[in-house]
Amino acid sequence: MMQSSRRNFLKIAGLSAVGISGAKPVLDAFAAEGHGDERTEFEIRKNEKALTAQQWGMVIDTRKFESAADLEPLIEACHSLHNVPHIDENKVRHEVKWIWEDEYKHVFPTLAGKFVDERTEHLPFLALCNHCENPPCVRACPTKATFKREDGIVLMDFHRCIGCRFCMAACPYGSRSFNFKDPRPFIKERNPEFPTRMKGVVEKCNFCAERLAVGKKPACVEASNGAIAFGDMNDPESEVRELLKSNYTIRRKKGLGTEPAVYYIV
Amino acid sequence: MLETALKGNKGYYRWMAAIVAVIGVGFACYLWQLKDGLGITGMSRDVSWGFYIAQFTFLVGVAASAVMLVIPYYLHNYKAFGKIAILGEFLAVASVSMCLMFILADLGQPMRALNMILHPTPGSVLFWDMIVLNGYLFLNIVIGWKVLEAERNEVMVAGWVKPLIYLSVPWAVSIHTVTAFLYCGLPGRGFWLTAILAPRFLASAFAAGPSLLILLCLLIRKITNFDPGREQIQSLAKIVTYAIIMNVFFFLCEVFVVFYSGIPEHMDHFKYLFVGLHGHGVLVPWMWTSMGLMALAILLLVNPATRKDESVLVVACICVFVGTWIDKGLGMISGGFVPNPLHHVNEYVPTTPEIVIAIGIYATGIFILSVLFKIVVTVKEEVSA
Amino acid sequence: MANNKMYDKGKIVAGLVIFAVMITFPFWFNLGKAAPAPELKLTEKAKAAKECVLEKAEMKAGHMQLLDIWREKVVREGSREYVNTKGKTYQMSLSKTCLDCHSNKAEFCDRCHDYASVNPYCWDCHIDNPKEKK
Repeated sequence: MMQSSRRNFLKIAGLSAVGISGAKPVLDAFAAEGHGDERTEFEIRKNEKALTAQQWGMVIDTRKFESAADLEPLIEACHSLHNVPHIDENKVRHEVKWIWEDEYKHVFPTLAGKFVDERTEHLPFLALCNHCENPPCVRACPTKATFKREDGIVLMDFHRCIGCRFCMAACPYGSRSFNFKDPRPFIKERNPEFPTRMKGVVEKCNFCAERLAVGKKPACVEASNGAIAFGDMNDPESEVRELLKSNYTIRRKKGLGTEPAVYYIV
Repeated sequence: MLETALKGNKGYYRWMAAIVAVIGVGFACYLWQLKDGLGITGMSRDVSWGFYIAQFTFLVGVAASAVMLVIPYYLHNYKAFGKIAILGEFLAVASVSMCLMFILADLGQPMRALNMILHPTPGSVLFWDMIVLNGYLFLNIVIGWKVLEAERNEVMVAGWVKPLIYLSVPWAVSIHTVTAFLYCGLPGRGFWLTAILAPRFLASAFAAGPSLLILLCLLIRKITNFDPGREQIQSLAKIVTYAIIMNVFFFLCEVFVVFYSGIPEHMDHFKYLFVGLHGHGVLVPWMWTSMGLMALAILLLVNPATRKDESVLVVACICVFVGTWIDKGLGMISGGFVPNPLHHVNEYVPTTPEIVIAIGIYATGIFILSVLFKIVVTVKEEVSA
Repeated sequence: MANNKMYDKGKIVAGLVIFAVMITFPFWFNLGKAAPAPELKLTEKAKAAKECVLEKAEMKAGHMQLLDIWREKVVREGSREYVNTKGKTYQMSLSKTCLDCHSNKAEFCDRCHDYASVNPYCWDCHIDNPKEKK
């Protein structure tokens, strides 16, 4: 009895000592050793309902939006779900946002010309993390606190972030926010299903990784009444690829080679 | 040798006590920042690096400039610099220490700083910057200490120090190159996205560092019995002359490329700094002051008659130091962040607590420098006596 | 150079004694004042469940390592389920799994953490009482 518990404990200690990236061999080594009729090994697995892809991507059909009021529910859905603080004082300086709206000339500063058709000129566009195929923020991060997951999502590990803000300098889309102060007092209604952040870490859109893990599409997609499509960019049969085949789309600052995974139909 | 820093005259103790007081005030402000977060600074979502990182960048240059004494002395056997090479190396030690403190002060979660080592990421320039800065600090402490100790004991320097000295030459270049790479490898930041950033950083470094060293040499001559020497100071002045001219030349190259090509993402930052953008231009007077100071310095330094006059040289050195400080310590960082990637103009102005923390770090650097220079001066006085 | 005489002997010995006293200050200052080990309170739900993710002794000694693995796996790999050696599946979540049973954080987590003088920052971000909506 004592023997077995000590062994199990060693498993845990060994795993954390080796660090997770190097944990596989340790796991395998312990798997080989059996005792009694119990399972000899613990298992870590994905939820079977989890949605998977090689490169998640998004197509925003801006034709289906008319005004800022149409975008408001999407932004609200995201921000309330993820406990994004709403900072009024010092708004410009300390604002935290995952998805927001801005004018064409700001979301697409390299595309906006002198003369733009009236609808485009006044239409608010959604801006969010592009989950680039080639993300400069991931390159910059000195601790791998921001990293690209197997399914293409560029994620933040808030436990590891040291708050150097190199990723913010690296992001050409202004998609990242920094917690200049404790965000909790600025969260109107806290969603107990999702953690908040602490001061001193960077945050941004996570393509609703926590929802994909249980088989749900991102909150903004769900709230968009079909105006935003979400799917695997590497699957030619996917809804997003179908849309890209049949529509002219644009991406933000395509010329920088970051390969954004968020497309806009205009 | 450290004991020599403990014994001094009244003036020395008073000076050190005053510095400690300033450090204390700065540290108190830092504790406030630690508790409340970086919100007490003027930094923002758009200008996410500010005064701290700018001071870090400037001081990396001052540190790297020690190589301007090491190369002539150790590689070209220019004997005169043997007398003051140690001052350059110890200035580098104090400067790199300040750099590391400024980076630490800038972190949102400083308690996790060691994550850089726990999760090493060779793809990140910041990872390499950590390595080169700490390496350079180590090199200069060891080299400076061993050389001075040998001088005190009137023996030859241990053989193993020589390779370290040679290593410190490319290493000095690397610290400022890697620091420039932090900025110039970022897509979408037109102001920094230029291959000449590292050379420009080095040129301004080799002007700012030696000009500070000249001022320190003159000060040492005035308040101690150790004279760094007129020839030494004049040689340094020539180095400053070449470097400041190179710096201005590189800057003008940049201005040509940016404005002749006319690409807005590159031009807008220069416009913001020198004429203001969309009605925002808090740095405009500063930048022109910087340009004016550098131009005046070149006039005073190029002309042998004024350069050789030490009282004019002091003015020229102050011009160089302040001019390059404004350029790098104020303009270089916020200039790159304004306008932001979405082309909004949100300006940055450091807050009082932010400046007090920065002054506290400078005071810590000055404390280190005072201790090290006190040791040097005592040893030099001992040896010559 | 060889000189076996110790200069300033008195000062050095006195200094060493003062140093030794100061550095051991926490030990003799707290002598005989050891606080009793805290009594942990289990909620009814935890009592009814009888067992935790790992055996009790392992949880006591190694819950922090387990949580560390959980957070790495959830955040970095998107794996959210943990099957223990008895075949029972748990969602790897501090708020949703651990605090679901141990909803009495103050009497369960804090007591021991306070006693051991550790201050984990889990609750800077994770909701400490998921059942009570704030």
